[in-house]
This record gives sequence, C-alpha cells and structure tokens, in this order.
Amino acid sequence: MPEILVLAEHRQGQMRDITFEMLTKGKELAEKTNTGLTAVLLGKNGKEDAKVLSEFAKKVLLVEDAKLENFNSEAYQKVLSNLIKEHKPLLTMIGHTSFGVDLAPSLAAALKLPLATDCIDLEFESEKLVVTRQMYGGKVNVKATVRKSEGYIVTVRQAAFAAQKPAMNGDIVEVSSPLSQEPVEKRFIEYVLPPPGGVDITAADVLVGIGRGIKDESNMPVVEELAKAVGGVLACSRPIVDKGWLSTDRQVGSSGKTVKPKLYIALGISGAFQHVLGMKNSDLIIAVNKDPNAPIFNFSDYAVVEDLFKIAPVLKDKIQELKG
Amino acid sequence: MDVIVCVKHVPETAEAEIKIDSTGKAIEKAGLVFDINEWDDYALEEAVRIKEKYGGTVTAITVGSGDADSTLRKCLARGADNAIRLTDTKFQGSDSYAIAKILQSTIKGLSFDLILTGALAGDDGCTMVGPILAELLGIPHATMVKKIEFGDGVAKVNRELEGGLEERIEVKMPAVFAIQTGINEPRYVSIMGIRKAMKKEIKLLGLADIGLSESEVGETGSWIKIEKLFVPPVEKQAEFIKGSPEEVTTKIAEILKSRGLI
Repeated sequence: MPEILVLAEHRQGQMRDITFEMLTKGKELAEKTNTGLTAVLLGKNGKEDAKVLSEFAKKVLLVEDAKLENFNSEAYQKVLSNLIKEHKPLLTMIGHTSFGVDLAPSLAAALKLPLATDCIDLEFESEKLVVTRQMYGGKVNVKATVRKSEGYIVTVRQAAFAAQKPAMNGDIVEVSSPLSQEPVEKRFIEYVLPPPGGVDITAADVLVGIGRGIKDESNMPVVEELAKAVGGVLACSRPIVDKGWLSTDRQVGSSGKTVKPKLYIALGISGAFQHVLGMKNSDLIIAVNKDPNAPIFNFSDYAVVEDLFKIAPVLKDKIQELKG
Repeated sequence: MDVIVCVKHVPETAEAEIKIDSTGKAIEKAGLVFDINEWDDYALEEAVRIKEKYGGTVTAITVGSGDADSTLRKCLARGADNAIRLTDTKFQGSDSYAIAKILQSTIKGLSFDLILTGALAGDDGCTMVGPILAELLGIPHATMVKKIEFGDGVAKVNRELEGGLEERIEVKMPAVFAIQTGINEPRYVSIMGIRKAMKKEIKLLGLADIGLSESEVGETGSWIKIEKLFVPPVEKQAEFIKGSPEEVTTKIAEILKSRGLI
C-alpha cells in the first residue's frame, strides 16, 4: 500500500506542534488517496515519542541512533533518503520550520522528487498534487500544481492546520540506522539561548506592536508615548529588530515570542504569517496600516486604513483625555 | 576568500498595495519599486564584510532581465568586484529549482570559497535556492544563518530556530550559507560608489553559455507551476473604522474604554 510519510519534528526532547498538525492533514490526505499514514521519527531515545505518534498514524517508523539526537540536515537527509527510496511514498511531509527548510530542498534535489515549500493547503486532483501557498509576504495566495511525479515532498507551514486528537493505534516499526559514522560535513555544537531581555512582552496586558511602517528610528517617540498612554509595552515585528531599533526580546512571531495580551495595537505591521503566528490569539486586535489590503486586517477586530503617524499621536491624546 | 553572492531583483511589496493582474497568474508590476531582495541585501553585506576582513573577491550573480542590472549595480557599488547576469528568454517560467540549476551550471566553472544567498525571496518565499544549489554542487549548506565565524577548513555558524533560539553548528567549507535578515547592518552606498559602479562591466550569459539543455530550465525544467493568484481569505472579519483621524481615534478610545482597557 502506498504511503504518506510525515517527518516528526522534535527539539531538545520535545515534540513540536507542527508534527501533529501535519499528521492531521496527512490523515485526511491518506483517506482521500487510499494510502497509509506513516510517521517517521529519527532520534536517540524515541520509544516514548513513538508511542505518542502511534496514536496519530497507522505506522511509525522509528530510527534510533545517538547520532540523531539533535537535528542535523546531513544525517537526516541520509536516513530519510533511504526510507523514501525503500517505501516510495506518494508524499513526504516536512515542517516548514528552520529544521525543515534546512533539509527538504537538498533532499528533494538529491532524490529528484519535486518539492513545494511553505504549503498552507494541499490536495490531490487526479493524481496531481495541487498546493496553496503565499507570496509577497502573505498579501497574495497562489494555487500551484506540482510536476507529475511518483512521489512528492512538501514543507508545511506552522499552524496552517489545527491538530486533531489522537484516534489511531498504529504499529511501531523499528528500523536500523544506516549511519555508520558521524556526519562529516556538519556537526551540531550547541543551542544558543537569546540574551535575557529587560522586558517580558508575554506578561503584558497591552502591547503596541510596531512594524516597517515606522520608517525611521527618529519616529520611535511617537509610538513610545502611545504605549505609555495606553499602559502598554512596545513590541514589534522582525524588521524593527533587524534594524536594531528594539531588542530581540520585543519581537513577536515565529522566531520571537508568542503573545496573548488583552489588547494588541498593530501599527504599520503588514501581517506576514511569521508575525501573525505570534499574536493572532490576542483578545482584541486593532490594526492601523496604509495598505487597505494588508494581511494584518484579516486577523484583526478593528482596522484603520491610514498612516500610523496620523493616528498614533491623536490616539495618545484621546486616551489621556479619557483617563483624565 | 572568494565569495559568490546570489541575488534577486524583486518588487518591494511590504508596504505597497498589491493587485492581481488580468492573467490571474501574476501581480501588477506597474508602480512597484524594484530592488535587491531584502535577504540578499544582508547576504551581500556579509560577503563584502568577509572580503574586507580576509581579502579576496565578491562576485554577484542574478538570473533576470535587463531590469535586474540595477540590483547588480547596487552590489558593485557596495563592494562586489564582478557581476554576472544570467539571461535568456528560455529561462522564463523558471521556479526556484530551475533557477538553482541555472546558478549551479554557472558557478561550477568559477573558483570560490563560499557562496551566500538570501534565506528566502520576498516575492515567492520559497527558501529553496541556496540548499538546492549546494546539493547540486555537492557541497554542504546551512540555512537561516545569523552569524558566521571561520576556522580551519570549516565555518561555525548560528542558525535561527523558532522562538528566539539559535543553534550553533560547524560546517565544512566550501559551503552555501542562506542568510537570515539581521545578521549585519547593510551599509548605505556612497555617490562615489554608485558612479564607479556604473562603469563596471556586467557579464551576460545565456542558456548556450552555461551548458544546460532547454528542457532543464523554464517551465519544463521546473517543479512548480503557478495556476492562479487569489486574495487570501479573511480569518476574522475586521470592522473598518472610517473617518478623519479625529473621528477614528475617538472611536478607538471609546472601544478601549467600553472594554475596561483604559
């Protein structure tokens, strides 16, 4: 029976959410294509995790090897290539994560299997893989067909699918590791923790999030004053940290913090998914952006299409008036 | 150290209003400002810094039409020594996989110690070109790179992971590193630099020059074919507050007050 493989992603002993999100979508695709859903787990001591995964898949392929304790795209590619060559899956699903993007492209090129990255949806239409992905920082969605092939590889966006509850009782199959030696090209050294910051934005009730629309560091006082007036803390999207205007501990999004304040005011943030992922569950979201089609509005409660500099100072005054 | 940096000429869309064109397969390009892809800008800066520290050369390569020359000029003005533009009508419709093949066919004939690319392109967001290029060249890669330090025949790099964490790994050289934004602070280009760059040569190469067959490039040589573009569905229907800044802010202040937020 043909299979759909889902690569389980784990880090520092923890299974990552994307694994269960992919298994959920994988189950739906397996039912539609009459294939079997197989989770693939590479790790040092994987028996416990394999048991968990077996509740989400028909089969779990477990490859245990001390050399697989930490993610290493060289080692992973070697093991996964072997499994794909042997099992010839219709589809291999990998997370569109820092690990996934380091693995999937070279794996696909080596196996000459077509790859579609950062998929937010996928389906088979008369044996052809059709994927939905985004372009231009989430401003446009695109439906694309993948070149017809015996097998496909995709990377799946985080949080694109909601993970379901476990409902299966799959078999765990132990596969011996094909790694005879340590990887020669890449070696994992250590995890590096971000420097501890002075502010914990995850603890704030009110966040004023700023993005590219702030334009220049000299404009910072405008939003700082608004944040102060509303009793909130400044947070930001990635470009602000890249430019060094705020420290890393203020960054909201997949590569920063996930926040859930009572109020999130987004100023000049377009709303690329990396940012949205970190703030969309805020209780109340008010977004101000010049672009009427800014993706941030698709996740907001209230939207204002306007230059943030026309809103922020006036809003500060209004709030101060009300507070008396 | 001879560094090759692969760059892409893309429209700046972060703050622009995007419209889908009449074909339904692309966006309207009129009115958009094109520039070097943001991630490539950081890769270029990193390449120039490496040259400044260790000596050697920087070669900028792009695949694209004549418009992309302005991005290559920017590279030259910033400190790149050579610029190559790969251009051929047969390249049209190439996805990231085909682009990586085009780049590989060119780069394999060049001498280099390191190749840098952006971790992703701001237009298609594919995150593919760097690692595929490395695989095709038979050399290692690292993506989402936030820091590079060179050792004896190796480089130690920090890769950005989710949630603010990074991992430090050692990679054998030569290698391809796909650069994440924020690794450095790209410099501004002086007027002198731009003037000097206008005089430098941009080498043009086509399909025949790089030894690929027609079927390996363009749509036939690609994995992905765009069928249609559409406006992303709304996850949460926002209420648009309209009016003058005075009216809008009054309304927002009322909302905040009614919810006990002020």
